[in-house]
Amino acid sequence: MGNIIKLKIDGIVVSVVEGTSILNAAKNVNIKIPTLCYHPDLCVAGNCRVCVVEQEGARTLTASCATPVSEGMVINTNTVKVRTARKHIIELLLSEHNSECTKCYKNGNCELQSLAAEYKITNENFIDLVPLHNYTIDNFSPSIIKNNSKCIRCQRCVRTCEQLQSVSALVVAHKGEHMKISTFLEKSLFDVVCTNCGQCIIRCPVGALIEKNYIEEVWNAIYDPNKHVVVQTAPAVRVALGEDLDMRHGEIVTGKMVSALKKIGFDSVLDTDFAADLTIMEEGTELLTRLKKALVENDKTVALPMITSCSPGWIKFIEHEFPQFLSNVSTCKSPQQMFGVLTKTYYAKKRNLDPAQIVSVSIMPCTAKKFEADRPEMRSSGYKDVDYVLTTRELAVMIKQAGLDFRSLPEEKYDSFMGQSTGAAVIFGVSGGVMEAALRTAYEFITGREVPFTNLEIKPVRGMEGVKETSVKIERTLPEWRFLEGVTLNTAIAHGLANAKKVMQNVASGKANYHFIEIMACPGGCIGGGGQPIPTNAEILMKRSEAIYMEDTGMPIRKSHENPEIVQIYNEFIEKPLGQKSHELLHTNYIDRSEK
Amino acid sequence: MTEIKEMVKILAEKHGRERGALMPILQAVVEKQNFLSEEAMTEIARQLDISAAQVYGTASFYSFLDIKPRGKYVIRVCKSIIAEMKGKKEILKTLENSLKIKVGQTTPDRMFSLLETNDIGWSDQEPSLLINETPYTNLTSEKIINIIHEYRSKN
Ligand code: SF4
Ligand code: SF4
Ligand code: SF4
Ligand code: FES
Repeated sequence: MGNIIKLKIDGIVVSVVEGTSILNAAKNVNIKIPTLCYHPDLCVAGNCRVCVVEQEGARTLTASCATPVSEGMVINTNTVKVRTARKHIIELLLSEHNSECTKCYKNGNCELQSLAAEYKITNENFIDLVPLHNYTIDNFSPSIIKNNSKCIRCQRCVRTCEQLQSVSALVVAHKGEHMKISTFLEKSLFDVVCTNCGQCIIRCPVGALIEKNYIEEVWNAIYDPNKHVVVQTAPAVRVALGEDLDMRHGEIVTGKMVSALKKIGFDSVLDTDFAADLTIMEEGTELLTRLKKALVENDKTVALPMITSCSPGWIKFIEHEFPQFLSNVSTCKSPQQMFGVLTKTYYAKKRNLDPAQIVSVSIMPCTAKKFEADRPEMRSSGYKDVDYVLTTRELAVMIKQAGLDFRSLPEEKYDSFMGQSTGAAVIFGVSGGVMEAALRTAYEFITGREVPFTNLEIKPVRGMEGVKETSVKIERTLPEWRFLEGVTLNTAIAHGLANAKKVMQNVASGKANYHFIEIMACPGGCIGGGGQPIPTNAEILMKRSEAIYMEDTGMPIRKSHENPEIVQIYNEFIEKPLGQKSHELLHTNYIDRSEK
Repeated sequence: MTEIKEMVKILAEKHGRERGALMPILQAVVEKQNFLSEEAMTEIARQLDISAAQVYGTASFYSFLDIKPRGKYVIRVCKSIIAEMKGKKEILKTLENSLKIKVGQTTPDRMFSLLETNDIGWSDQEPSLLINETPYTNLTSEKIINIIHEYRSKN
C-alpha cells in the first residue's frame, strides 16, 4: 500500500492511496465524471478527454482518468470551463457519428447516447460530417458486426484485443482524419485472426462493435406451428441475465429464466449443464486414458498435457496460433454442441419427433459459440446441431419484447429429459470450474472415495488470478488405477487469451510439465463472456463468480457421474464414454488455421 | 521457404525481433520489393511475434510504406503549394497521358505507378518528382516525356 494522499474535490476532502486517478478519487465521494475511452479493465488511454476537470492553479484542463492525485490538489468538476469543454467534445464526436439512434442496436444501452442525453446535445449544435466519410460495415462474421460509422475511436477494443486477449485483430490504422480501427488489410473479421470472443463488444461504448443477433429468426421459429423449438441455457447465463433486467449483479435467476423461456413459447426448456456433466464423463475418461497410455504403455504418441476444448474462442485461437498442439486438445465437443447433437438424435427419438422439425436454440454468454455452431463439423446429427445461438443480452431483449415483468415471474424447473444437472456442471461457468468438476469425478473413479468437500483439497483451482497451477498427489488408488498411485498430477488453469498464450509458451518451451490444462478464452471464464450483459468488469465478475459457487453448493448432486439422466443416457444410447457412438456424436476434430 | 519469407527472416536476424525493429524491417522490405505484400506483412508479424494487423496498422500510418502493389518505378509528384504554382497540374496531365493511368494507379505491365506526395524537399526547383529514390527537378512536359522514354527503353 502506498501513501495516503489528501486532496479536495468540489470542496470535499478526499483521502486516497497514492497513484489513484482523480477519476477514481471522485468516484469514492460519489462524484460522477463522464468517461468514454476509460475502462476499468484496461490500461488508461486518455484520448477522448471527456473526463476533463479543472485543477486550481493549472492553466489547461486535466484528463481525470489519466492523472494521479497529488497532495493538496484542488479539483473542480463542475465549472463553466469544464462543462463547455465536455459539451464541445461530445458535439465533435457526434459530428462524425452516424447518430441514427432509433435504428441502432445499442439504442438505450449506449454510453455516447447517454452523454448526449445528459448534455442535451441537439442537432443545431454541430455540423454533420458523416456524409463526407466513407464508412464501412463488416457483417460477414457469424458473431460480430463492426460498423465504422458508429466508432468514436476510443480504442477500448484495440486495448482489449491486445492486452486481455493478445490477439490484436483490431488496430489503429491510417493517419489524421483517416484514422480508424482496422483489421489486417481492412479484411472482414471473419477472414482474419479473430477468435470471435466478443471481449471487444462488451467494452465498446457505442454500437460500433455488436453481436450478430438472431432474435427475429428465433421468434419466427417459435411462431411456426410446424417447428418444435428446444432451448438450452449455459451455466453462466443464470447469474448474469438479471443484470439486463433491472436486477443486481450476480443475482441467481435460474428459475425465473426458465419461467420466462416457457412463457416466450419454447417447446422445451433444457439445460446445457446436462451436457456439461456429459463432457466431464467423456473428457475425464479421455484424460485417464491418455495418462494410462503414457504412464503404463509408455506410448510416446500420446499428447500430454491434455487441454480442455469447451471454449470456442480458445479453439479458434489455438487453431491460428499453436496448431502444433492441436492433438493435445481434448476431442470432446463443447457442451453446447454435445447438447445440440443429442437434441436432434436422442431427444428426437425419445419424443418421437422428426429431427428436421426441431429447431435447436442455445442461450450462451458467448459470441464465439455463434461461430462454433456454424462450423461444418457441427452437423453430426445430419442437420445443423445448433440452429441459433443467442447471447445473454439477446435473451434479455426477447424477455422485454415478450412484455414479461421478469422480477415478478415465478421460479420454474427445467423440463426433462436433458434438464437435470449437478453442481459440477454449474461451475463450468467460471474459470477453474471444468478442472474442479473433472477432478471431482476423476478422484472418485480412481480412489473409489468421495471428494472431501470440507477438506480444501481441490480449492486452489478457484479464484481470479490469470494463471493458476495446482498439483494433486494421487494416493490409495483402486486396483485398476494402481498405475496412478503416487503420481502427482500437475494442472494449470488460464483465463483470458493473453494468459492462455503465456501457458502455451511455457508448454512449448518445455518449461512447464503439466498433465491437464483448462483454458477459457474470456477473462473470468464464461461469466465474463463476450455475450454477457454490459457492463462487465472485474468487480462484476466477482459477484457472478460468487453466485455460481453458491448455486453449486445448493445443488443436491455435485458430481457429474451421479447425475441420474447421465447414467440413463449411457444405458439407453451412448453406451460408454469414448465408445463408438460417442466418437460419432460427441467428439470432433480441429483445423490448422495458421498462415503457412 | 519462399523468397519473401527468407528475406524477412534475414532482416529480422539483422534488426532483431523487438518492436523497435518493425520500422527498419518495413523500410527494407519496401526498398527491395517496392511494396508490402500480404505475405511479407504476415511473415514480419510471425518473426516479431506481433499480429499481422499490427504490422498493417503501422505501415498504413506512413505513406512511403506502400501496401498496394506498385510498379517497378514509382513516380511521386510533389504536391506542395509551390509546386502547384509552378505548374504541377500540367506535369501530372502529361504523366497521365503518356502512362495512360491516373494518380494512384499502376500501369498494367506493372512498370509505373503514379502517386502524389508531400513536399520532397526541392521547393526551389519545382515542379519536381521522384522516381523511386531519384529526384527530377525543374520539370517541363517535354523533359517528362523524355524521362519516361528513358525508363521504358531501359527495360
Ligand atoms: S451508437 Fe449510440 S449514439 Fe450512436 S446511433 Fe447507436 S445508440 Fe445512438
Ligand atoms: S472478438 Fe476477440 S479476438 Fe476478435 S477482435 Fe474482438 S477481442 Fe479481438
Ligand atoms: S469500435 Fe468501439 S471500442 Fe473500438 S474504438 Fe470504436 S467505439 Fe471504441
Ligand atoms: S475517459 Fe479520460 S480521456 Fe477518455
